[in-house]
Amino acid sequence: MIVAGIDLGGKNAHVVVLKDDEILAKGEATTGIQKAAAAETVYDETLKKAGLERTDVERMVATGSAGKRAAFADGVIPDAAADVRGVNRLFPSARTVIDVGAEEGRAIKVSPEGRVLDFAINEKCAAGAGTFVEAMARALEISVEEMATISLKSTKSIPMNAQCAVFGESEVVSLIHQKVAKQDIAKAVHDAIAGRIASVGRIVGLEQDVVVIGGMANNKGFIDALTKEIQIDVIVPADPAFIGALGAAVAAASGVLDEKVEATVVEQETVTEGEA
Amino acid sequence: MSEGATNEYWRWPESTWTNPDIDWKKGTLITAGVDVGSVSSQGVVVVDGELYSFGNTRTGYDSPDSARKSLTMALGKTDLTLDRIDYCIGTGYGRVNVPMAQRTITEIACHARGANFMYGPEVRTVMDMGGQDCKAINCDEKGKVLNFMMNDKCAAGTGRGMEVFADLIEVPVWEIGPRSFQIEKEPPMISSTCVVFAKSEVVGLLEEGVPENDIIAAYCAAMAHRIMELLNRLGVHEKFVITGGIAKNEGVVKRLEKELRIKTAETVWYRPEYKAYPFDTQIAGALGAALFAEAMVRKGKAQSVRKA
Repeated sequence: MIVAGIDLGGKNAHVVVLKDDEILAKGEATTGIQKAAAAETVYDETLKKAGLERTDVERMVATGSAGKRAAFADGVIPDAAADVRGVNRLFPSARTVIDVGAEEGRAIKVSPEGRVLDFAINEKCAAGAGTFVEAMARALEISVEEMATISLKSTKSIPMNAQCAVFGESEVVSLIHQKVAKQDIAKAVHDAIAGRIASVGRIVGLEQDVVVIGGMANNKGFIDALTKEIQIDVIVPADPAFIGALGAAVAAASGVLDEKVEATVVEQETVTEGEA
Repeated sequence: MSEGATNEYWRWPESTWTNPDIDWKKGTLITAGVDVGSVSSQGVVVVDGELYSFGNTRTGYDSPDSARKSLTMALGKTDLTLDRIDYCIGTGYGRVNVPMAQRTITEIACHARGANFMYGPEVRTVMDMGGQDCKAINCDEKGKVLNFMMNDKCAAGTGRGMEVFADLIEVPVWEIGPRSFQIEKEPPMISSTCVVFAKSEVVGLLEEGVPENDIIAAYCAAMAHRIMELLNRLGVHEKFVITGGIAKNEGVVKRLEKELRIKTAETVWYRPEYKAYPFDTQIAGALGAALFAEAMVRKGKAQSVRKA
């Protein structure tokens, strides 16, 4: 049986095609604003790589923040439901999944069967997602990849005062003006985001094994900071950005076309109170 | 944000003013307040408790420089010099970097005090809309702070959030208010609170071909909503006033009034004899600091440092 999954996120689309539990093809694309059209294209291109057509696919399930825009999908499941299936497929020992994408940070407690037991998410604030790191890399005038690499060389711990990504950019610029080394600023950025992601993780408990997925899992600087913050060695899959799509395909294989998942929504506290 | 960009849509007009009805030489006590904010800096000079002059400028990279510039602007065309000032108080985010100040007072206390002078003793809630924070302050009839709530961690609902939006949509900040009403029908507000996410949302709306003024209205509404959440947590009481830069943006102010079902006080001087003077909502903090300085020296709680 051939099934497929697509993860249509804030910025990127990932597709996985499975045949009897074996990955036939993978595809990815940057979606931009025209998500529906981009999804169609990347789906067809991925099928083409496997020498397939849409009619060869038994079932197709979509996930991701824009999952509903994939008109060709037979069903849509929430990210968390896809994440746990994808992770469970690769790492049955996983009990916690941390998924940090461009626009949200999630922590999920996962059952040995690959089902969601508990789920917390920060999706309202860029400070808790990959966008924060991208914005700081822009302020540093280096790529996210370079930022990840140089931050590993830093031995200093400088606190970042700004929580907000907008204020963080100004802070990074002012640190550059103060001649603070870029590697130390890069580490400060990763420490800050790791701290916020860890606090989302603590809501569901950080039972081992902990698997980190999503675009940010590729960032070694972030993984290093997170490991130190939570004092637990984490597992990073080879292709962390494809886990959602893989999970959607796994759901398609088992005939799961929709699923409800309840989440604890985490909001950054922004208000200070005071009396005269 | 790149310095020296050709189009700087956030660049609001700076201002300076001197009271034509006061001769400082006849004054006995001359005090100053300098408010160095994250985005703007103001210097205010008070002669015997009356507003004498002010300067309002953009904060640069160097806080002491911005403090000097704002006070130099306030002294402006007058022949009053720094060494003739009895006492100076620094306030605002950069208050520790005001070289000419003898002491500092928090901007929360100063805004309440300044608003009391500007809008009168009936003021009970002051919403200070700063460049990088917003503060809801409850105060008594003397302008003394009772309690406050402050958001200084998130750009949503701050002047900076509006500047980011102005730059994105390429409309000067002072045109945002008027243009937000050039619409056929009030659109749904921008749903993202986070300024970064709101930017993506706005780009999406622009690409969908939503009229620019509708997007401006949607952003003003979102900002008003954000401010309202803070005010509702604190409790808002009339007379209700807004100080700071966003007070000049009617697109936000009118929508906030509608959501709160409370009118903001008119931006006119409480004292009838001040009627002809310009009213600048951004000077409240520096004015409050100068008034504190005046009261402290007059009551003997601070020593005059006047040299000439």
